[in-house]
Amino acid sequence: MTNSQLTPGVVPGRLSPQEYSANFVDVAPRLSAHEASVAADRCYFCHDAPCMTACPTSIDIPLFIRQIATGTPEAAAKTILGQNILGGMCARVCPTETLCEGDCVRMESEGKPVEIGALQRFATDTLMAAGRHPFTRAARTDKSVAVVGAGPAGLAAAHRLAMKGHEVTIYDARLKPGGLNEFGIASYKAPENFASAEVEWLLQIGGITVVQNWQVGRVGDGTVTDLLAEYDAVFLGMGLSGVNALNLPGEELATPATDFIAELRQSDDLATLPIGRKVVVIGGGMTAVDAAVQAKLLGAETSTIVYRRSQGEMPASEHEQDHALGCNVRLICNAAPVAIHAVEGGLEVEFARTETTGAGLRKLDDTFRLKADQVFTAIGQTLGATPEELKLAGGKIAVDGAGRTSLARVWAGGDCAVGGEDLTVTAVAEGRDAAEDIHQFLMGE
Amino acid sequence: MADLRSDFVGIKSPNPFWLASAPPTDKEYNVRRAYEAGWGGVVWKTLGSEGPPVVNVSGPRYGVIYGADRRVLGINNIELITDRPLEVNLREIKSVKRDYPDRALVVSLMVPCDEASWKAILPLVEETSADGVELNFGCPHGMAERGMGSAVGQVPEYIEMVTRWVKQNTRMPCIVKLTPNISDIRKPAEAAKRGGADAVSLINTINSITSVNLDEFAPEPMIDGMGTHGGYCGPAVKPIALNMVAEIARSEATRGLPISGIGGVTTWRDAAEFMALGAGNVQVCTAAMTYGFKVVQEMISGLSDYMDRKGMVSTSEIVGRAVPKVTDWQHLNLNYVTKAVINQDDCIKCGRCFAACEDTSHQAIAMDEDRTFTVKDEECVACNLCVDVCPVDCITMRELPKGETDPRTGRAVGDYANWTTHPNNPSSANFCGVRPAE
Repeated sequence: MTNSQLTPGVVPGRLSPQEYSANFVDVAPRLSAHEASVAADRCYFCHDAPCMTACPTSIDIPLFIRQIATGTPEAAAKTILGQNILGGMCARVCPTETLCEGDCVRMESEGKPVEIGALQRFATDTLMAAGRHPFTRAARTDKSVAVVGAGPAGLAAAHRLAMKGHEVTIYDARLKPGGLNEFGIASYKAPENFASAEVEWLLQIGGITVVQNWQVGRVGDGTVTDLLAEYDAVFLGMGLSGVNALNLPGEELATPATDFIAELRQSDDLATLPIGRKVVVIGGGMTAVDAAVQAKLLGAETSTIVYRRSQGEMPASEHEQDHALGCNVRLICNAAPVAIHAVEGGLEVEFARTETTGAGLRKLDDTFRLKADQVFTAIGQTLGATPEELKLAGGKIAVDGAGRTSLARVWAGGDCAVGGEDLTVTAVAEGRDAAEDIHQFLMGE
Repeated sequence: MADLRSDFVGIKSPNPFWLASAPPTDKEYNVRRAYEAGWGGVVWKTLGSEGPPVVNVSGPRYGVIYGADRRVLGINNIELITDRPLEVNLREIKSVKRDYPDRALVVSLMVPCDEASWKAILPLVEETSADGVELNFGCPHGMAERGMGSAVGQVPEYIEMVTRWVKQNTRMPCIVKLTPNISDIRKPAEAAKRGGADAVSLINTINSITSVNLDEFAPEPMIDGMGTHGGYCGPAVKPIALNMVAEIARSEATRGLPISGIGGVTTWRDAAEFMALGAGNVQVCTAAMTYGFKVVQEMISGLSDYMDRKGMVSTSEIVGRAVPKVTDWQHLNLNYVTKAVINQDDCIKCGRCFAACEDTSHQAIAMDEDRTFTVKDEECVACNLCVDVCPVDCITMRELPKGETDPRTGRAVGDYANWTTHPNNPSSANFCGVRPAE
């Protein structure tokens, strides 16, 4: 090993092969059957359960846990997947502490919720390990639907539409399906290529064709109008392809954290990934945490998240914050970037202290500089190129409750559409619900 | 530390916790460990007549019922009486009793239903210096088919006859162990008393099939693809045992007959409950088989703690204390009215009370949009189901004082009145209906 954590600059191979594999193991391994049974026994089988209400996909959590407790994890999986076809990934990435587990009545009694996420993973993993796909397609209709984006929203919509008997073609801009599940999530949350295995499993329903490297509006690919000419309906779930700009001097010296995460996720050999000795991540959401933690796990000597507001206001959940701190990521709050300077031997990021006033966030005169070899920005994403005939709202595609856009026969869901939090589980719910509405529309004709 | 010393039909032990005749008391090794752990006494696993001992199956002997987290709630067994030679057991009994003279050691017996068999074994037991004998008239499997165990215990005349033989042929105190596999537990108890028994012990195990193997379609425990009923014990049987103990304790014919309470005693509280219903001491098996002999230490400290809190100096202050409070349904006060009250501070909003009441009871709990659950007094019949299913014990029953109007019936709470005088009771002098023509 030629490089170490102390090697200056941005270099690969800071760690030993053993350290790389130890750092990127499954952050929350699957429960054993015994652990699952003990955890399941804690569920009270609440009436009109709060956890179920808190789940954006309304999974019948008490029922699936009871199915685990009574020795039928595959039936439990079917309960989960019937509501949320990406229940396997959601079990891994959902911020359960702010959703189902946050509302578990055990929080009230003991401060320790039933481990719903872990139990969901136990059930879905059991079924997927058996290689079974528990759903079958209805009788074929003669309808076809184009789905743009093979991320959570698009996959959920496609699966539901295929299940209803329609023919589905997914058009995806990347070279591999999965969307953020494949490219945008810390790799220790879904190791062993879970995202692509899940897509493969999902496609077992049949009736879904996936076209890769096709971007809506790109010359040579096609437009929404083109799709409408060929298909009976279109679902847009292409996510957010742009990133917000910092709008400050030296911005070009920073890299979007999403690019770093995607590159890491697709890497076959982590030792070849260059990482800075000192890494600074600007932002306060899940992406900031994923980037900062993984920088540390790749061998950065220091990895620092700088967030402009207070810690309590961070979009990253408390659980995520704790994880970052547990990985020795440093957290600086109430500091906003002012400039990025190229200096002798690297970079310096200049921050101004901030305070929140009635009029909003205000930068103070008090500034400081952080040395950095690598700067990542994780300050939110944007829609990117928009099919211009679509009405937008707040920078996203405007939709009604069923995901209908301003254009006839066009639906949208997931991060590219308004409403809901930008979570995998929300995207799945929106894709599923739009598919149901598309189905109603197609069959009502 | 309260004085837990116990004197049961003249048999003294440092505490009222005995191990029941069962696998834990089959050998000197186990019994020594039990005494070392603190058990006040043991009833040695049932001895049979001299000669080739019985043979047990070499497959599984136990079936089980689990609660949450695989907590053992009930065990059933198809083990027989001791399968070790009589002389070995007698030698070991003598050796143990010599080393632990302060502990109770009672020997359980089951021999064929003829006087000669009993006459033969009793002197052998006496010779060990054991404190007494317990007649196993309860074992429901294996031995019953050979005319012993519950085959005797189900026929009061046999109980009386055998008990008399025993009393005529030994100076030792004689405890008759009763089977619950009978419709009226008072009959065998009366028979034992008539035969001169010093005490009865109950309950023995209950005929049971704990589970069915759904791959092999056979009862479990499964022996080479077949199963048979076994004897059920453990916490699950406690309510049945408590009732049977109480029936004997309050029956005119058997009142005062000493009782050794058996059936799912797992904690000090279980023991105290048996004693309150008339048991002079308790015998334990499943708790020891589940957790080991050390459980007795919790029973000792728990009972002692309870007695200290209550200012009791002797366990005799507990024994039988609840018996006068056990009555028949028709004597219950029909003018006693309570209403469930949900403590909102402690409620965790699980809604189990609501589901139970709404689906299976009287629709007496309201659920708000914010999941606040409140009792509708005008519907609440005070059935207690909400209290029973609440996981955090935040529901209590409030007694309506005399004179307060019950919103359900619109009537003010009145003085004590029971079914015997109720106007709806055709046998009552106050009957309000029309009696069928004579």
